Amino acid sequence: MASTETGTVKDGGAPAEQDGAGDLAGLEAGLDALETTARTGRASFRKTFVEKVFPPLVAVALVLVVWQVLVWAEVTDSYKLPAPSAVWDEVREAWLQGTLLEYIWTSVSRGLLGFLMALAIGTPLGLLVARVKFVRAAIGPILSGLQSLPSVAWVPPAVLWLGLNDSMMYAVILLGAVPSIANGLVSGVDQVPPLFLRAGRTMGATGLRGTWHIVIPAALPGYLAGLKQGWAFSWRSLMAAEIIASSPDLGVGLGQLLENGRTANSMPMVFLAILLILIVGIAIDLLIFSPLERWVLRSRGLLVKS
Amino acid sequence: MATALAGTAGAGTGTSVEHAARIEHVSKSFAGPAGQQLVLDDITLDVAPGEFVTLLGASGCGKSTLLNLVAGLDEPSAGSIGTDGRPALMFQEHALFPWLTAGRNIELALRLRGLPKAERRDRTEELLELVRLKGAYGKRVHELSGGMRQRVALARALAQDSRLLLMDEPFAALDAITRDVLHDELTRIWRETNLSVLFVTHNVREAVRLAERVVLLSSRPGRIAREWTVDIPQPRRIEDPQVAELSVEITEQLRGEIRRHGQH
Repeated sequence: MASTETGTVKDGGAPAEQDGAGDLAGLEAGLDALETTARTGRASFRKTFVEKVFPPLVAVALVLVVWQVLVWAEVTDSYKLPAPSAVWDEVREAWLQGTLLEYIWTSVSRGLLGFLMALAIGTPLGLLVARVKFVRAAIGPILSGLQSLPSVAWVPPAVLWLGLNDSMMYAVILLGAVPSIANGLVSGVDQVPPLFLRAGRTMGATGLRGTWHIVIPAALPGYLAGLKQGWAFSWRSLMAAEIIASSPDLGVGLGQLLENGRTANSMPMVFLAILLILIVGIAIDLLIFSPLERWVLRSRGLLVKS
Repeated sequence: MATALAGTAGAGTGTSVEHAARIEHVSKSFAGPAGQQLVLDDITLDVAPGEFVTLLGASGCGKSTLLNLVAGLDEPSAGSIGTDGRPALMFQEHALFPWLTAGRNIELALRLRGLPKAERRDRTEELLELVRLKGAYGKRVHELSGGMRQRVALARALAQDSRLLLMDEPFAALDAITRDVLHDELTRIWRETNLSVLFVTHNVREAVRLAERVVLLSSRPGRIAREWTVDIPQPRRIEDPQVAELSVEITEQLRGEIRRHGQH
């Protein structure tokens, strides 16, 4: 077709010249329209509820039912397995006394502050390990090895070095969380597609500018995964520290509450403490890290809606 | 346009012509399993200001390696390469940064080149308009089609304000219809901006469709086998009989080059 028609006048009365600029623009606009799909809107509240909120509620209800059945069946002594209502009474009492939020806040404020410190140390450390060959060879293996060391192991030395105080708690959190955060960043940097680095280099993004404009944003998904894990490690380390090292000046956090429950032989209090530790861990993840991760992935088109 | 003509005239007289790129006796070898492997052998090639040159070759001819050398991403083993400033480079993959919008990708190039903040937004809009993507500033990379992505990538390359644009098979991954449109688009932009282009491809018709000069590289090692000057007037179509005719001739030569490798 084209071989016979080159150079002839197009229909529609356009000038007999070759492709007019308007012609090409129209063609291109048509192609663009054909090849892009409209953005999908947000899911409705009802749909979100049915798909995301309802299933976990069912799971929790099931656990409660099984628990209550076990209590009724008297499978063990009641001081070993308190009824859900006994734990609920414990929650109510702590709430009425105003101590419930105090327990939570003592631990959460420590955990978050410790996490922020771990963030401030782990990030530059991770960058150094990722970008400087010598540093990577020197401390890279130690850093990933530290991740598998249970952070409880740091409690005894921390108590000996720093005494029974808040600094000791923070030290334990840092030793637990810094390796996770640094390692997350290292693997994030390692997974940056070389093409981005080359593209950046041709644009003049080398050295520190390359790190700032290309490497860090490209490594963000891996870094966030590291932060998430870093938070989990912070929280675990803190609980270990609080359980082992209790002292009146330290205030009662969730770890101490658990330990107090044990010494008072109060299973409802132990259950309450475990429940709160779990809820806080889940809540921080749901409120901070999951939305952050979803936002990053969605803006890069990496999150596929099912 | 005017300078492009002047450039050709200057090349005729052969005296003191400025060069967008000057590649002199360049060789490149890499350490391979069987010792040093020669990839490029004694390449000498000039690109005049405003000239459009395509480098054509089968796989293993080192055309991408040569482009990397000109881009300064790698060092030649022998010989020298001179360019007028840092060239811009476009890849087969769009290489746009997914954490930035289309507009911000272009702005980053402007920023890295040192353009003051106040001018960046306007210049970005201008460049988007040049590639006919007005209104795509806030679009995420994944929201664009393949052809649109390559146009944003082209706008980003143009944002570097280089005199020389290096293109490494930039349309190879696109469908035929889109590729055809982008050929027209590239020719239009090249003529409007008076840019020098060094374009690598393995597609003979594409090479003839676009270039003023087609340089055929032989494979293993890459050497310049032959050159053709294409004086078919632009804008051409890939279906033009003259394009087809020259393509047949070049393809024959290219096949000859490839056949030699089966003989020993």
